[in-house]
Amino acid sequence: MAWYFFRRVLQMIPVFIGATFLIYFMVFALPGDPVLAMFGDKTPSPAIVAELRAQYNLDKPFIVQYLLYLGGLFTFDFGTSFSGRPVSDLLASAFPITFKLAMLAIAFEAIAGIAIGLFAGLRKGKLFDASALVVSLLLISVPTFVIGFVLQYVFAVQLGWVNATVGQGAPLKDLILPAIVLASVSFAYIVRLTRTSVSDNLGADYVRTATAKGLSRGRVVRVHVLRNSLIPVVTFLGTDIGALMVGAIVTEGIFNIKGVGGTVYQAIIRGEGPTVVSFVAVMVIIFMVANLLVDLLYALLDPRIRYAK
Amino acid sequence: MKISRIGLGVTALATAGLLVLSGCASGDTDKPDASGNGVVTANGTEPQNPLIPTSTNEVGGGRIIDSLFAGLVYYDAKGEYHNEVAQSFEPNADFTEWNIELNNDWKFSDGTPVTANSFVDAWSYGASLKNAQLNRYFFNMIEGYQEEAQSDLTGLTVQDDTHFTVKLNSGDPEFPLRLGYSAYYPLPESAFDDMKAFGQNPIGNGPYKLASDDAWEHDVQIKLLPNENYDGGRKAANGGLTFVFYSGLDSAYADLLSGNLDVLDEIPENSLEVYRDELGDRAVTQPAARNQTFTIPERLDHFAGEEGTLRRAAISMAIDRDKIGEVVFKGARSTMVDFTSPVIAGFNDNLKGKDVLEYNPTKAKELWAEADKISPWSGTFTIGYNSDSNHQSWVDAVSNGIKDNLGINAEGKPYATFAEFRAAVTDRTTTGAARAGWQADYPSQYNFLGPVFGTGAGSNDGDYSNPEFDKLIAEGSQQTDETKKYADFSAAQEILLEDLPVIPLWYQNATGGFSESVDNVVFGWEMVPLYYQVTKK
Repeated sequence: MAWYFFRRVLQMIPVFIGATFLIYFMVFALPGDPVLAMFGDKTPSPAIVAELRAQYNLDKPFIVQYLLYLGGLFTFDFGTSFSGRPVSDLLASAFPITFKLAMLAIAFEAIAGIAIGLFAGLRKGKLFDASALVVSLLLISVPTFVIGFVLQYVFAVQLGWVNATVGQGAPLKDLILPAIVLASVSFAYIVRLTRTSVSDNLGADYVRTATAKGLSRGRVVRVHVLRNSLIPVVTFLGTDIGALMVGAIVTEGIFNIKGVGGTVYQAIIRGEGPTVVSFVAVMVIIFMVANLLVDLLYALLDPRIRYAK
Repeated sequence: MKISRIGLGVTALATAGLLVLSGCASGDTDKPDASGNGVVTANGTEPQNPLIPTSTNEVGGGRIIDSLFAGLVYYDAKGEYHNEVAQSFEPNADFTEWNIELNNDWKFSDGTPVTANSFVDAWSYGASLKNAQLNRYFFNMIEGYQEEAQSDLTGLTVQDDTHFTVKLNSGDPEFPLRLGYSAYYPLPESAFDDMKAFGQNPIGNGPYKLASDDAWEHDVQIKLLPNENYDGGRKAANGGLTFVFYSGLDSAYADLLSGNLDVLDEIPENSLEVYRDELGDRAVTQPAARNQTFTIPERLDHFAGEEGTLRRAAISMAIDRDKIGEVVFKGARSTMVDFTSPVIAGFNDNLKGKDVLEYNPTKAKELWAEADKISPWSGTFTIGYNSDSNHQSWVDAVSNGIKDNLGINAEGKPYATFAEFRAAVTDRTTTGAARAGWQADYPSQYNFLGPVFGTGAGSNDGDYSNPEFDKLIAEGSQQTDETKKYADFSAAQEILLEDLPVIPLWYQNATGGFSESVDNVVFGWEMVPLYYQVTKK
């Protein structure tokens, strides 16, 4: 197990270098000139453009730019944005907010999604099951920004229960509504996934055996049905952590959350290579760690799975 | 071991999650309170550059700089200028040398005095090539300035603490008018020791100062308090000003509706149709010094000489500006009848030849057919735009008008980002027309004409050149008599109406709104509210 873990961590190094190289190249290859864009609709003189390019190392060949960036990483220098802020500051302010939001969303979709899915699966074909299916279908088919704007308008503008946007320091009470919006689609998938899985397992041989053994209904459901039904759900949740961390751009925009999505979007638009690459590099690490955690969790859920040396 | 594996896993996950959440929550503080102690909250965006006057050229940083600094003159809501730090301007006979006297009691918010050196040093810093300031070209009329090389502003001479003289490359009777722009603000001595640190923590002489050393919370907000050392015409009428940085106008508008934001200076496109109903008398719509056009470069096939003139007029007359302005922009635009803006002094809505800007599909077809006799049209007429901003709807509407009325292929040509679009325009690689527009730096007709249409001028992206036009604007800028000056500028614009280097479309109107808890919200000529006048109930 330890060796497996070590090997997986070791694998992350080439993936990390490869990913940053590719992304740096893609930003470099973006058409257009970030320096010209700084001047808005006005056309600057060539001399000042050359001076600015030199200041941001944009005049050097791609490989030199990339090596300069990589060299900086070893001293924890992630470069600076065009506004003169160190990229490490940007990372330190954006990631905790997005992480908080993603964790709230995961908590919401895991707890509510599994509970509702379990009930629906146990009462297959009944009223609760039917309404859970309809609601989840609705959530999957309506785009996130529609859900976001509607909830914001109803709960913040009309009822005034919560703030319309997330304030300074992103307090938890402001993040609850955005987290629900962000989790809505995944929540619906988890309900459906759990429900199907539970109802399948209810008819399995080992459940019949367990019931015949005289185990209580509660214990059969908890230990034999739920545990086996959770394997696909955990896989989904694992990949979803990554997706929620990086894919919150719509929700972040609606609720004015200064997280990862919006920062990266702005940086891409402005062609700020170091910002884009640093953010994406951290995202890559998050994806890899989340995947590793999922693989380790399998072993906990299914005793038949053992990791070889 | 009889501990359930799943129970262990779930407990571990939950504990980790809780730890993370509680760890993050410890730094929480409340939202900026919209009510109480007279602080006005206003919509803002994170400044894209350090807060140095000569390196701030976009509105997000601009409105903060304007609140923190005071220049020689300031503009009122109508765009007229009044002395601020300056006491008097005395030109020589041909307006090439200006003797500027300062009021002697001005101080920066750190207590150091504002002297002639504060201006001269700041301007020299801004003009120096190695400092690569985005507003560098604003010093190009001062003697010694060189566009393409390191240069010293030899035209600036400090006489004593409250006097300095400025020598210009050519006479300019309007010189003081431009000095209210942020590029011309003074800097305290301490700024030059460490400009990088100064850009994060600026010290100014304006109506406001930073509330504390960490008043600028990046990406979140910046808090300003009234500057007690300020004694000019823009004294703060409120207890402070907090610009909250929004990533989109939609969320700012939601905050305005729910009472969390006091002043919003632009209504999001989605809400243009309803904001007057939703805000009632708290909605603002007024003209501003900004216009929207598209450039047809002369280097394009079929757009030079006599043929080009006919085709430009035909295209202009094939566009139903009133209707598109109403349908696409819901009244946030008004049809252009000249090349400047109705809020700028000298505006003339009765220029000779302005019928070329009126919708006339029959005439358009005739002119196009006439041009076809010179050389038959082939290909597609395109209008380039950057699709990372809201341009697609109007470009499509305009292209469709041209297509239907002239019977040719016309379409929008999107560029993915603004950077890509500007690179194509600057390198002259656009293969068709390109969207354009001008926002005045200072309230003057010359600023709408000289830098955009003058031969070889910096923002003359269509490479337009007409000696007659150059002569008229040069003469106009030398006139001291206002009637004569505006007559020259009108005559120059009548030449533009014949040549149509750009196709004028709309003047942009300021659209905005304010909350129930503030009063006296007045928008200035440049679409920015006069924040210092806003009072809190």
